[in-house]
Amino acid sequence: MRILVVEDDLEAQRYLVQGLKESGHVVDEAADGETGLSLALSRPYDVAIVDRMLPKLDGLAVVAEMREHGSSTPVLFLSALSEVDDRVKGLKAGGDDYLTKPYAFVELLARVDALMRRRTPAGVKTRLDVGDLELDLLTRAAKRSGTAIELQPREFRLLEYLMRHAGQVVTRTMLLESVWEYHFDPQTNVIDVHISRLRAKIDKGFEAPLLHTVRGAGYMIRAH
Amino acid sequence: MIYVLLFAFSVAALLFFTYWNTRRALDAQTDQIIEAEITGLGEEYEHFGLQGLAETVRSRSLHTGQALYLLSDGLHHTVAGNLDSWPQISNSPGNMVEFDYERPIDGKLETRRARGRVFPVPGDFSLLVAQDVHDRYLTERMFTTTLPWTMLAILVLGTLGGALMSRNMLRRLDAINRTSGEIIAGDLTRRVALNGSGDEFDTLAENLNRMLDRIERLMLGLREVTDSVAHDLRTPLNRLRNRLEESVAKLNANGSEAFEIERAIAETDQLIGTFNALLLIAETDAGTTRAAMSPLELGAVAADVVELYEPLTEENKVALSLAAGTPVAIEGNRSLIAQALANLVDNAIKYTPSGGQVRIRTAVTSQGVELSVADSGPGIPLADRSRVTERFVRLEASRNSPGTGLGLSLVAAVAHFHNAELILEDNLPTGLRAVLRFPKSSIRIVPPLSLKSAAE
Repeated sequence: MRILVVEDDLEAQRYLVQGLKESGHVVDEAADGETGLSLALSRPYDVAIVDRMLPKLDGLAVVAEMREHGSSTPVLFLSALSEVDDRVKGLKAGGDDYLTKPYAFVELLARVDALMRRRTPAGVKTRLDVGDLELDLLTRAAKRSGTAIELQPREFRLLEYLMRHAGQVVTRTMLLESVWEYHFDPQTNVIDVHISRLRAKIDKGFEAPLLHTVRGAGYMIRAH
Repeated sequence: MIYVLLFAFSVAALLFFTYWNTRRALDAQTDQIIEAEITGLGEEYEHFGLQGLAETVRSRSLHTGQALYLLSDGLHHTVAGNLDSWPQISNSPGNMVEFDYERPIDGKLETRRARGRVFPVPGDFSLLVAQDVHDRYLTERMFTTTLPWTMLAILVLGTLGGALMSRNMLRRLDAINRTSGEIIAGDLTRRVALNGSGDEFDTLAENLNRMLDRIERLMLGLREVTDSVAHDLRTPLNRLRNRLEESVAKLNANGSEAFEIERAIAETDQLIGTFNALLLIAETDAGTTRAAMSPLELGAVAADVVELYEPLTEENKVALSLAAGTPVAIEGNRSLIAQALANLVDNAIKYTPSGGQVRIRTAVTSQGVELSVADSGPGIPLADRSRVTERFVRLEASRNSPGTGLGLSLVAAVAHFHNAELILEDNLPTGLRAVLRFPKSSIRIVPPLSLKSAAE
């Protein structure tokens, strides 16, 4: 996958580019808004990672220009600014996701993967499958190996999100943002408790677990 | 309106006072003349007797003027004088009398008003000495007939003028109020419009605008400082975290060095967490954040938070319940209120021993809209209650339990941001009850359908 990194802090840029390359992506980089914009418009990228504050052309302006020129490349904003209203501004300008510095690289990678996945729409799905686990989005019923699983509405949404990102790392923050729509970290890690509850429902009594904990990163649902 | 009435009455009172005074002075003057006449006539009588008096009256009656005389016997037959007959006395103020008489003027008989005094003359005669006061009488009558009309005119004109003026004033006050409302709601770029007349309202608006310019500059400055502080601390923290991650990746993942670095990363994350919380508190408290406000239903916000924490309470063997009162929408920021509530619930669960209870309640009271969290933990001693909302204050001396000590500070800041009150009180029989009380002014009327839980 081809990724564009627009970041003026060269140290951070180097680390980002290196990490993304190690994860198997092709990366182009720019250190200011103008270069970033001309790169973004010159060739197709699967994801653009744009710092919010850039010399020459501000991050918001870069993305606004990209959208103006018809680019639909998903954009992940990185920002060192204070968060409360900046996130809203970023998303309004046409960004797709927003990450506050300092970030954990696994968090960034998980979000980039999620953005790429969003890029390739698989049509309107009415059913999700992972191994022998099925989720019917119309009847809102879950089954594993043909046995029905009772889910609370929120558990259903949690499982749906995990299954839509099957095979990808999903971080706690991503879950909190997408399933609960909270943009803050609760003091106690409540997400873990929700996950272990869900795990008890879908994995208990089965030989092969589907819901895995990825150490230091988050969770992943996958069949073996 | 009340001013118009007051004004009309003052004017009426003043006019009446003037009228009354003038009349008294004129009356006194008339009475004096009459008194002098009577004294003169009395002397005539003493010297020349009744005959002499009648002579004098007759001769004086020849001069046509203001003076009127009539000397008559006991049967009211005229003996001498310039009045044809004994008049009908219409009014007798004090020892004076007032009456109407007829007098030819320009060949026509005219009824005129006179004022005089009756004086008994021995032998059952009566002497009436009077002065024509018709002019005064006319003025007086004109005054008493026009006074009610004048009053009515004053009332009507005053009411109209007052209404116009107050409408104009209200309109301008309204404009100022509307603008201030928008500014309080967060739009600091708004200014009060001047109408160029240079009157007191314009001066007020100008002063307000100058004040607003200053506030806006200060707020912008504060925001810039916050942004710079955020940027300048986050950038090196980001590099630090990157480097630590990089080093741990290079090391054997199970080695003790890797473990050490992972601990350093955890410490960095703690530092970042504290910094983020401080920044959020500072921004929220100062109101520099333009966090989006929208109508939200506290019961729905509470239900979401309860749902988030419910599995955790199950694990800690604490009963978490929500008693949502009448649904009522208030103007607020969902994220901030949810975060404040999450902090309160988090604390309550942390301090409530297993088997205990945490109760969340929403209620509309006479004082406002309340969102409360009550636990059955140890509570907070009265002496510490005002202290716990200060930054970094934690009550246990060791500071070893997890948390930044900023949880309640954030709750207080969120309360402040919403003009709400944070009240910490005893929960009966035991524990702490934390109440976020939103003012009644934050209540919004919203059609029920558009009030959905933001998590939907």
